[in-house]
Amino acid sequence: MLQRSDTINPDSTSFNQADSAAKIAEPQIFDPRTDLDPEMDYGTPAPTNDPTPISELITLSIDGTEVRVPKGTSVMRAATMAGINIPKLCATDSLEAFGSCRLCLVQIEGRRGFPASCTTPAEEGMEVKTQNEKVANLRRNVMEMYISDHPLDCLTCSANGDCELQDMAGVVGLRNVRYGYDGNNHLDAEKDTSNPYFTFDPSKCIVCSRCVRACEETQGTFALTISSRGFDSKVSPGQDQPFMDSECVSCGACVQVCPTATLSEKSIIDKGQPDHSVITTCAYCGVGCAFKADMKGDEVVRMTPWKGGKANRGHSCVKGRFAFGYATHGDRITSPMIRESIDQPWRKVSYEEAFTFAADRIKGIQKQYGRNSVGGITSSRCTNEETYLVQKLVRAAFGNNNVDTCARVCHSPTGFGLKTTFGESAGTQTFDSVEKTDVMMVIGANPTDAHPVFGSRMKKRLREGAKLIVVDPRSIDLVDGPHVKADYHLKLRPGTNVAFINAMAHVIVDEGLEAKESIAERCDVEAFEVWKKFISDKRHSPEETEQYSGIPAADIRAAARLYATGGNSAIYYGLGVTEHSQGSSMVMGIANLAMLTNNIGREGVGVNPLRGQNNVQGSCDMGSFPHELPGYRHISGQEVRDQFEKAWGVTLDSEPGYRITNMLDAAVEGTYKGLYVQGEDIAQSDPNTHHVEEALRNMECLIVQDIFLNETAKFAHVFLPGSSFLEKDGTFTNAERRISPVRKVMSPLGELSDWEVTLGLSKALGYEMHYNHPSEIMDEIASLTPTFANVSYDRLDKEGSLQWPCNDESPNGTPIMHIDEFTRGKGYFALTEYVPTEEKVTKRFPMLLTTGRILSQYNVGAQTRRTENSSWHGEDVLEIHPHDAEDRGINNGDKISLASRAGDTHLRALVTSRMQPGVVYTTFHHPESGANVITTDNSDWATNCPEYKVTAVQVSKVANAEESSEWQEKFAEFTKKQIAFLDV
Amino acid sequence: MNNSQARNQDIVVSAIAAHIEKHKNRPGPLLPILHDIQNDLGYIPDEAISEIASQLSLSRAEVHGVVSFYHHFSTKPRGRHIVEVCCAESCQAVGGRNLEKYAKEKLGLDWYQTTRDGEITLEPVYCLGNCACSPSVRVGKEMLGRVDNESFDELIDELTTVPLDIAPLEGR
Repeated sequence: MLQRSDTINPDSTSFNQADSAAKIAEPQIFDPRTDLDPEMDYGTPAPTNDPTPISELITLSIDGTEVRVPKGTSVMRAATMAGINIPKLCATDSLEAFGSCRLCLVQIEGRRGFPASCTTPAEEGMEVKTQNEKVANLRRNVMEMYISDHPLDCLTCSANGDCELQDMAGVVGLRNVRYGYDGNNHLDAEKDTSNPYFTFDPSKCIVCSRCVRACEETQGTFALTISSRGFDSKVSPGQDQPFMDSECVSCGACVQVCPTATLSEKSIIDKGQPDHSVITTCAYCGVGCAFKADMKGDEVVRMTPWKGGKANRGHSCVKGRFAFGYATHGDRITSPMIRESIDQPWRKVSYEEAFTFAADRIKGIQKQYGRNSVGGITSSRCTNEETYLVQKLVRAAFGNNNVDTCARVCHSPTGFGLKTTFGESAGTQTFDSVEKTDVMMVIGANPTDAHPVFGSRMKKRLREGAKLIVVDPRSIDLVDGPHVKADYHLKLRPGTNVAFINAMAHVIVDEGLEAKESIAERCDVEAFEVWKKFISDKRHSPEETEQYSGIPAADIRAAARLYATGGNSAIYYGLGVTEHSQGSSMVMGIANLAMLTNNIGREGVGVNPLRGQNNVQGSCDMGSFPHELPGYRHISGQEVRDQFEKAWGVTLDSEPGYRITNMLDAAVEGTYKGLYVQGEDIAQSDPNTHHVEEALRNMECLIVQDIFLNETAKFAHVFLPGSSFLEKDGTFTNAERRISPVRKVMSPLGELSDWEVTLGLSKALGYEMHYNHPSEIMDEIASLTPTFANVSYDRLDKEGSLQWPCNDESPNGTPIMHIDEFTRGKGYFALTEYVPTEEKVTKRFPMLLTTGRILSQYNVGAQTRRTENSSWHGEDVLEIHPHDAEDRGINNGDKISLASRAGDTHLRALVTSRMQPGVVYTTFHHPESGANVITTDNSDWATNCPEYKVTAVQVSKVANAEESSEWQEKFAEFTKKQIAFLDV
Repeated sequence: MNNSQARNQDIVVSAIAAHIEKHKNRPGPLLPILHDIQNDLGYIPDEAISEIASQLSLSRAEVHGVVSFYHHFSTKPRGRHIVEVCCAESCQAVGGRNLEKYAKEKLGLDWYQTTRDGEITLEPVYCLGNCACSPSVRVGKEMLGRVDNESFDELIDELTTVPLDIAPLEGR
């Protein structure tokens, strides 16, 4: 029976009259997303995810209990909502009703026969009987047939304790199987163990098709089918192939819904069922999926997506679902280490000694080279609380503003561009908003690889009929796949984003498609008029820009019309927008386009940056930038500084500090000597590796805090053990501004959680901070940051998660921003002149390299490379178009040299028509690939975000496949030496 | 792969492409494409499945699900003639089982096997709708009724005999 829990929104209610006594106030609406228990399986999905006014609910009676449900609810779901469980096997509430198992049959007054309750919609006044002798017999007979072809090894079965078939056999009272077990059966069917994380044992399959439907409806990959028919029916990955040879992306949706042991996690087969679970937030991408960490004691045996998670709604990807083994990998460094110079072996020391050593060095450096010669880099993978502490340490203990974060190299233009135009440095929507989107424009993002769970939600909406415009030099999976086809794929030349977005705006203005009323009402009209004159100029017409962007003018015109007139249009973008010399201009161009067409401030529309790392939004929010205190408030503001000075008991520098790029440049010059890096690997992820390495070698005190000896740590003098997301309490903030709890499920392997390490270092530096628990850090953040004012751990425990701004004006958080008014007041149309990048193709470097990510690996790969995810992507390869390959005599799998003016590296080639001629692509998940040896130090004009996405290169075949580039050889040698320093 | 194999492969690939192209823009294109390919090539090659899937924005699994659902479709090369013996109720009632047994013995094949010379594939079929004239056998598009062992022999003789085309000796 459902009880009103604390999580229930006070504005809405439970639907059941029996509960009405417990109501706090007379309910007005029923909201399926807040009023139901995510721990229950309601059998079929809600007919609508929208709240329904109580007055519009229909009433029916089930086994004499009255229940009120929204129209379209199945009888099964209505019964479960009334606390009556109807037996079922093929039904689960993440999938549409299927009606195949025949276990959920019921009797309905006035109807003939025994309708399946999952496929029968509830109707007003219906009287349903879920239990009587007749249905009991039918159910028992059905069950008897299932069991006649099922192994009877329950006691030794991996699903023992978590098997719906077993449960249902118990529920229907099956006592014998009259058919015997000698007939034709599938008991000898062979197990498929090809997937590293789960097994497929068809002998235990009851062919309920849940897995097939989950692959289709939830994940949208369609890798599974039922092959053959009748008795021969079986679940088939691909064309009756092993899972690993099929299109399967190992998201785990099939394993999640399987009611038997047929699809089981290998970890559960090895270790048995969990004894308890803790709800936490995934530490991979910016989607921020909620997971249950299924535990045995203090060991995580499985991660399962949590249905109550508002970002993922019960779905997962191969990284979050399965790739958590890195947390206990043997490479973890669990003891603090120090050394005088990087040519020396590491010495394991106590935390005290490491803190003192680091603090003495930092103080010495500051004495010799000045206060500004040291700084810190916060982590986009650590929690908000930890990030906040690192920037606090820099500002309060180092006494300068030399703090930056990895967002510098990814979404800093988003912060700048959206702040300028809308007034807030964040995406405008919730992920749920995609359910109302009619036209999606995906620019420079590859959601099915980099944000897979959201990618699946997009694909779901596309299958429902939404239109799709993809703007990308490469044919990403969304362009053409099962049941998804882009209406327009605008294959632009890398580096011409702004020419493209201007042409879009030009067409809309040129053809009079702009939303005149909302512009007049909501935007800065003066700025708009200036902008309109600017954008109307012929130089921005698609006919003119075609020469740069390579996109046919007619396609741009058609896409612009679709975006402007297709209903709710939403823009989703990624690093293909920001990582350019004109990243900030492009973000502003996107914002202009949304304002121009009134696609802002309601569900289904908006500007949605898909943030890369789990907490990159949070690290930005927490004041990780050299010019901004938490909440994006400029350091030069006296009033803001006063608040922090009072709270922290220090005097703050009013001048902005160094950005990462400034730090590295100053280090190369010899004026910047000390750096505290928490959970970030600049040696691998930042552009122009040669330059980064030179800067790091010049450091006199490099303090690295990480879970592994990452590439940066190889240049460090002090190593402080980091803790994984499983080893600490805290919060992450995802791409939709959602603050979600991270919960400690095991003790830190290095004894201290990251926040505690920062406290220790700060104390040694002479600035003591007092917190007993991260919740106290959040309380301080809330007291100093207006957008976080009403955030606390108590509230997060109650609500599950909160989207900032969360303060007295919007006490329950803000799913959609800029509803009636922009945060800055009037929306600002910024001028976005297209300026071609200086990185041009030449005779020597005739091709353009663009970089990106792949599904199975995450960022620098430090985590995923230490899991079985490498079964899918063991090395970085260079994707090249068949024409370019042929010109150069390159075959698939050949070793090639990739060279730019910054450096060269050797990779294997993957010849694919995903690429357009003249453009090549690679990933940067493996350090030895040296993708960033190639990238240059060009960067965004406003924020210094590096131009990763455009590098002029040459590709040529290497005669000797074993040969590495000069950098790769040096890298291998240096790595060998540094690893050896660990063991001494 | 030798040259003639490569040539055959090219023919197969272009045939598949042509059949897909012909139907891909009509509603419900999958079955017509599969029928055309099978009628043309005698079976549905594996590579056809991935090609159909990508052209119709389906997954390989979905196409495979359809192909494997219908017994009519074969995914392996078969004989030049497909001899289908009806095994459904009506035929069984008038001695169909004997005919099934005889057919297997005569050809030395089990169901779905093909004679070594690649001429004949033997397949069961469940009702050809010719029940009034049971037992029934179908060869290609031709339906035969009241088949017994003798007429089955005649059928096989016919199928395995290639008439010699002797040109008249004119003008000598």
